[in-house]
Amino acid sequence: MKKIKKMKLITAIALTLTAALGLASCGGSGQSEPKGNEVYVDDTAAEGVYRTIDEIKESGEINIGVFSDKHPFGYVDENSEYQGYDVYFAKRIGEDLGVKVNFVSTEAANRIEYLKTGKVDIVLANFTVTPERAEEVDFALPYMNVSLGVVSPESAPVTSLDEWNADDEMIVISGTTAETYLTQNYPDIKLQKYDTYANAKSALENGSAAAWANDNTEVIAYSLSTTGYTVGIPTLGSKDTIAPAVSKGNESVLGWLNDEIAALGSEKFFHADYEATLADTYGLDYEEELVIEGGVPAE
Amino acid sequence: MPDLGLDVLFKGKNMIRLLGGLWVAVKISLISVAISIPLGILLGIIMTSKNPLIKAVTRVYLEFIRIMPQLVLLFIVFFGTTSALGVNISGELASVIVFTAWGTAEMGDLVRGALISIPKHQYESAAALTLTPAQTYLYVIIPQTVRRLIPLSINLITRMIKTTSLILMIGVVEVLKVAQQIIEANRMSSPNAAFGVYLTVLFMYFIICWPISMLAKRLEKKWG
Repeated sequence: MKKIKKMKLITAIALTLTAALGLASCGGSGQSEPKGNEVYVDDTAAEGVYRTIDEIKESGEINIGVFSDKHPFGYVDENSEYQGYDVYFAKRIGEDLGVKVNFVSTEAANRIEYLKTGKVDIVLANFTVTPERAEEVDFALPYMNVSLGVVSPESAPVTSLDEWNADDEMIVISGTTAETYLTQNYPDIKLQKYDTYANAKSALENGSAAAWANDNTEVIAYSLSTTGYTVGIPTLGSKDTIAPAVSKGNESVLGWLNDEIAALGSEKFFHADYEATLADTYGLDYEEELVIEGGVPAE
Repeated sequence: MPDLGLDVLFKGKNMIRLLGGLWVAVKISLISVAISIPLGILLGIIMTSKNPLIKAVTRVYLEFIRIMPQLVLLFIVFFGTTSALGVNISGELASVIVFTAWGTAEMGDLVRGALISIPKHQYESAAALTLTPAQTYLYVIIPQTVRRLIPLSINLITRMIKTTSLILMIGVVEVLKVAQQIIEANRMSSPNAAFGVYLTVLFMYFIICWPISMLAKRLEKKWG
C-alpha cells in the first residue's frame, strides 16, 4: 500500500514538471511594458499616501483620474485620445505644472479608492460634491453646476411642479437622484419608473407620461437631439456642484488647485472649455447655467 | 436590416483599439493560466496529503478564493496592497496576481480530484501485470489523470478569459472597457451603436474561446 501512495506522488510530480517545462516558454513575456493608462508611483511621500505639488513637479508626471466613457465630460475618442470637459481642464493643469499628464480610467464606484490610496493625484471625473464624499476626500473649488431638469413635449410644456395634474405621470430612471428627489419632495406626483435610458426615452416619445425628470445635462442633451421636446424646468431641487478632488489632507495639491481655478477665472477658462467640449451637446444657451468660473457659483 | 451602428467600429482606430483591448484580456489570462497550472498541480498534490494541518490550510485557501467574488479580490489586491503595505502595483499586475491565485485554487482542486479518482485497483492491476512503477504511471496513471483534467482545466481557461471583463474596475482598459468607450463617445451620433459594438465583443470572445474548447475536445478524443 505504501508503494501505491508513493507512485501517486511520483505521478503528480511528473505532471507538474511536464506542465512547468511546457509552459515556461509562454510565461517569458510575463511583465508588460507600461502603457498610458497605468500608474507608476514609486516615490510616494513617506508621511502619507499622497504626493505634494513639489513631488509631482519633481517626478515630471501627474496622475489624473478621469472617466473614459462619459461623453462629453471624459471619454476616449476614436484615435485613443482622452477628450471632454474634465480632460480639457486636466490638460491645462499639466501645462501649468509643466508636467506630463497620465490619464487613469476610473469608474464612479472606485473614484474615492483611487484617492485614498494615492494611486492618482487628482480626480476630475464629473465628481459631484456631497457631504458624504467630503468626509473621504477633499474637494477643491467647483467648476460646474449640476442639478435636475424636466423635459416635456413642446405642445404641453411642464414649467413647474407645483400645480401638478393628479392624472399625469412623471418618468424617472430607477436609482437616480431624480427618483429620490421627487419621492421625497413631491410624493403626490405619480412616477413611472424605467431601468434604462432607452426605455425612458421611448416612454416619453410614446406619450405615456407628461414629462421626464433626470440630471439636467441629460434632459438638455435629449431635448436638443430630439425635435418637439423642451426643457421646461432646467434646474430643479438643490443645486450641486462638480469639483476636482484630492486625497484627504493633501493641502499642497488642494491649495495649488484652488489658486489655479481662481486664476483661470480671469481668462474665462471654463467658458472656453465649455465651448470647446460641451457646446456640441448642450448648445450655447445653457453655458451660464452649467459653467462655474473662478470657483464661485452664481447666486 | 436594422441599424446596428456598426459604422462606429470603422471610425479612426476603433477596431484596432478593440483588438488591442482583447489582447490585454487574453494576455492577462494566458499569463495567469501559465503560472497557475504548475502551481495548481503542486497544490493538488499537497491537498492529497493526510496531514490535518496541511489539509485545513489548503482547504481554507481554496474556499476563501472560491467564495470571494473576483471583483472583491481585485479590489483587495489593487487598493489593499497600497493602503496596507504601501506598495503601488499596476492594475495589470494586480489582475495577474488575482487570476493566478484563483486559477491555482481551482486547478489544485481539479488535480486533487483527478488523483484520488484513480482507483487503487489500477495500481494493483498494473503491478499484477508486472509493470514497473515507472511503467505504471507512464502507461496507466498519467493518461487517466490527464484525460480527466483536460476538459476541466480548459473550462477554467475560458472562464478566466471571460472573467477578465472585471479588470476594468481597477483601471485596466480591456476589450469591454474599450467597447464602452466607443459606445459612449458616439452616444449622440449613433445611439444604436451599443448593440452592434457589444455583438462584436461577443464575437471576439467567441473567436478566442471556441478554438480552446475545440482543442480540448480533440485532446479528449485523442487520449480518450
